[in-house]
Order: sequence, then structure tokens, then C-alpha cells
Amino acid sequence: MTLSLQVKNLTVYYQTLKGPIRALEAATFDVADGEIMGLAGESGCGKTTLGRSLIHLTPPMKYIHGSVRLDDEEPPIWDTERMNEFRFKKISIIPQYAMNAMNPTRRIGKMTEELLRSRKVDFRTLLPEIKRRLALVELRDDVLDLYPIELSGGMKQRMVMVLSTLLNPSLLIADEITSALDVSSQKAVAEMLVEFRDRGCCTSAIVITHDISILYQIADSILIMYAGQLAEKGTTETIIHAPRHPYTKLLISSLPKVGVKHSEKRLAGIPGSPPMLLHPPQGCRFRERCPVAFEKCLEEPPFVEIESNHSVACWKESYPNAQA
Amino acid sequence: MLRLDGVSKVYKVGTFGGKRLEAVSHVSFQVNEGEVVSLIGESGSGKSTIGKMILRLLPITSGTIYFDDVDIATLKGSALKEYYRRVQGVFQDPFSSYNPIFKADRIFRVIREEFFPAVPLAAWEDKVGKSLKAVGLNPDQVLDKFPHQLSGGQLQRFLIARALLLDVRFLVADEIISMLDASTRIDVLNLLADLKSRGLSILFITHDLSLAHYISERAIILYRGCIAEMGLTEKIFNYPLHPYTKMLMASVPRLDKKWENGKTPLPAKPPGLTGGCVYYERCPAGIEACTHARPPLLEIEKDHRVACIRYRTE
Repeated sequence: MTLSLQVKNLTVYYQTLKGPIRALEAATFDVADGEIMGLAGESGCGKTTLGRSLIHLTPPMKYIHGSVRLDDEEPPIWDTERMNEFRFKKISIIPQYAMNAMNPTRRIGKMTEELLRSRKVDFRTLLPEIKRRLALVELRDDVLDLYPIELSGGMKQRMVMVLSTLLNPSLLIADEITSALDVSSQKAVAEMLVEFRDRGCCTSAIVITHDISILYQIADSILIMYAGQLAEKGTTETIIHAPRHPYTKLLISSLPKVGVKHSEKRLAGIPGSPPMLLHPPQGCRFRERCPVAFEKCLEEPPFVEIESNHSVACWKESYPNAQA
Repeated sequence: MLRLDGVSKVYKVGTFGGKRLEAVSHVSFQVNEGEVVSLIGESGSGKSTIGKMILRLLPITSGTIYFDDVDIATLKGSALKEYYRRVQGVFQDPFSSYNPIFKADRIFRVIREEFFPAVPLAAWEDKVGKSLKAVGLNPDQVLDKFPHQLSGGQLQRFLIARALLLDVRFLVADEIISMLDASTRIDVLNLLADLKSRGLSILFITHDLSLAHYISERAIILYRGCIAEMGLTEKIFNYPLHPYTKMLMASVPRLDKKWENGKTPLPAKPPGLTGGCVYYERCPAGIEACTHARPPLLEIEKDHRVACIRYRTE
């Protein structure tokens, strides 16, 4: 299995007048060729920061340290100018605001042409492929003659999906692409993303979402983040059915499943709220909400592989004396 | 307790208001005392419009809404104020429900000035404290703060506490969970369930089917302003009859079951035809007869109604 993306110790802070907000701390993970990795967590956990760091790291975001390896290259993510060679060609993103991502003053076809010209690609030679992909997302060819305002939200979302993957990037970052959609469109868009991967429109993908049940449907592996740090990574089945980190366990058990009724089984949330990342607490950041925290948790737990393809940042799992 | 009788809402759209858009079409249902009814629909199905009409934030085009057998459209002056004492709403985005330049607890002061001018301050503060505790907040931690200093879940519970200060008997909860994180949304949902057991009736407007199933006894499935199916939650979720409900149930992302393969039909463009079934353009089982007339909402079994032509003769 070849690795498409390797991220090592990536740390990114937000620069503010009060001091650095430690939004992403020492992220280390890899994504294999053809893998769809889900990235999940609550709002403010750093999942969007991680996604954006890989493609467009701009102030107030500040690169602290860490390295990224994509195929055989090392994209200089700290250098916005030099990243231009990678952006769109090698790494592409479907942003969270995809509904407003298109230039409202240009017809979509014209805009696509300009976009491709900026990467020195000829629109005409690519046109048959564009049409094939439009058909794939069930859009008609004539959307190219329309202005973005003439499309519905779901159609814009699908159009941006086609645009983002036109140059077959190695890595596609999809940030909350299904959250604003209705259940039926949600399923359609999620399935289209898988089909894009299957057809090689992108080699591998990171799907950022807060909705774990969507990831269970489409992702090969899931990475759970909490308060700027990685909590757990494993295959989808492992994370959903056999999670080891207390946060993952609580998060998954708090999701209402179809068929569960309040009168029969009362679900519980996670008491407390995530820490402020301006001055994050010492040690494990989940410590204060964790039902199984003990003295060792005052030290920061390392993100270690406890079994093949399953890593956890929790002392209960990695500290030998903790199990007893 | 609350009854909608053939309620419709027509918006005038287009540059000069020349076109008509029927957002809600002849909707009738009833919410009983201490009952949670879910109103489920996609965006544009008219679910929020129904909520706003109940709260009298929008005028009704035709039909009547009764609260305790009184037509709410006739309420004026002090009677209307009495109505708002009993019927309140909480909306989707907690951040935009507050004025960011004032402290968040101003909403309680406004309630006192409007509805309880005679209550002395000490007694009032005691009442606010109790109401905050009822929604699971610690008054010392949340009072005297600006909205940006509180989390979305806290602000949302603030708004529910505000409704509880009044002798509220009916709550319109319009997508109140969707902006909250997974770890806090279940707390707000449990809170609603607790309030229900104390006799409050709730109209729970949502697009999330698993949340609706978790909390409600009865559910109403709306599609383009029309009721497609309504009845006991169990029946709708376990034995959906309408093709639209079936499609919805198959599309819900679940943790215990993967999606079945097969293309999901995407929403079609706004319907060209006006007379027939509103779901005809997306329906896999549509037949020619569907285009003639809108199917009536018929009771197929006890507490289970469906509007689909295929269930007409049985």
C-alpha cells in the first residue's frame, strides 16, 4: 500500500493579539492511495484548520513546525507563493462555503476557462472531460452557460465538486460538503464523492465533517480530533464499533440512531465543554470531561499505534500500568 | 390543544409579485397536551412557514389555526399577549436570536418588563434562577455575560429558559438542534423530553429523522407544502407507505447499517404541473393518474395517514 499523504508533527497556531491560539498541535497521520479518510470532531476542534493548512495557510494562521509529504514531493505549505504549483493540480479543496465559491459575475463556463488558463490548461481540450464529469454529478452541459445564481444550492455544490477535481488532484479535501444539504441530496453527494475516487478524479480524499454517520457510509478510515489534537485514528469499522479513546466512545454513544426512542433509552451527552485553546490545559485536553481520567493524564498522552492501523492518544491505552 | 385546519400559505414571488408560490397547502393536524409532534421535511417543504404561522409571525392565506378552540387570527391586544404567554418559539440559530451589544440575560429583563411588571425584583431573580436550573444551566456561570461568551448550546438553553418563564404550554422548536455539536445536542433534546413529561406540548421542526424518532410520539412528513404521511412515529419509521418517506428512510445515514446501493434520485426542478401529486416528478412509482388530482390524505390504519394514489382503494 503506497502512501499518498504523510503528515508529521504538523502544528499550526492562530496569531491573535492575546497570544497564539493552539488550534492544531502535532498532527501525525497518513492517508493511503485511494483512501477516503474522514476527519471528525466538534466545532473548534481544529479539523478545518488541518484541512486548510494542507492547501492554503494564510494569516492569521501561522505555521509552527511539521512536514507534509505528498506522493514524492514535499509541498512547502508554509510558503503561500510556492504552494501555487500544488494547489488545484496536486491538492484541491471543496471549501465549506462551496455554495458561494463561484464568481457571481461570470458564466460558469467562462469562469472555468479562466480558472484553467491560470494553470495553463486549455479549456477546449478538457471540455469533453468536463462534460463527462458534469454527467456524473447529474448536471446538464448547459450549466456552463448559466450564472451561479441560477443554480440551486445542491447544484452549486456539485458544480464546485467537478471544478475542484478537474485536474485529478492527488489529494482532495472536502470540507463539510454535505452539512447544508437535505438527507436525499446528502446521500447523492456522498455517493458521488466515492464515485469520483473510484474513477480516479482524485487519488485520495480527506472528508471533514461533524456528522460521523455520513463517514460510516463512505469513509475507509476515520480520524477523530479533540481540541486541536488527534484523539484516535483507525478504520471506519474500528472507530464506530470498537473505539478506544473515551472521547470517541462518548461521542458515538451520544448519537441518536434511528430506532432509538427517548422513552426507551435515554442517551447522554458529554458534560462540560471543550477547553479554550488560547491557554489549553496541561496534559490531556480531554481530561476535565473524561470519566476515566487519572493522575497520569496531567502529562500529555502520545498518539501511539496500539494495534495495526489503530492509533490512540490516551494514557489508559498506552501506559502499561493504567489497565489494572 | 393546537389544531390546524386546512391551512395554506401563498407567497407572492417574482419581480412585481405577480407569481404565486404555495409554500403550505391545505395542512391539517393537531397537537395534544403533553405531546411532541415532529414536523419533518427538506428545505423548502414549508415546515418553518407552519411554525411561523402558529407564532403569528406570518399571516395565514387560508384556513384556520385554533389554540384551545380559539381562532388565533382573531386575537388582538391583551388577548394576543395572553397567547404569547402560552405559545412561544425557539429558532435555529441561537447567535442571531440575541442582540450582540447587550448582555444575553437582557432577554429575561424584557420578559419581566413586558409580562410581569408587578413581580418584585428579588422574586423575579429567584424565578429566573429556577428556570435556568430547569434547563440545566448554572445561573452563576451564565448570567451577566455577552452572547459571544456563551456557547451555542448555552444560548439555546437560555432561549428555552426564557420561554419557561412564561406559563408556556406550547413550544415551537424550529431546528433548534441543528447548529449544536453532537456532544451537546443530546442534552438539549433530553431537556425537551423532560419538559414534555411536565405537560408541555412541542412542535419539533426538523430535517433530521433520527432526532425526530428519538423524541416524538407522532410525526408529520411534509413535501412541498403538502403532508405526505403522518401518524405514530413507530408506524412511519418502521412501515413507511409513501414513496417519499421510503426514500427518506433509505437515505438517512445510520451507524448500524450501510446505505444500499442504487442511485438516489436528486430533487427535481420546481414542479411544472399544478393539479397532480407534488411528488410525481421524483416518484419512482408514479403513474399517469398521479398527474390528474392531488391524492387525499387517507387513514390507512389507525393513527397512520398517507397521501398517495396507490393507497386509495384499500
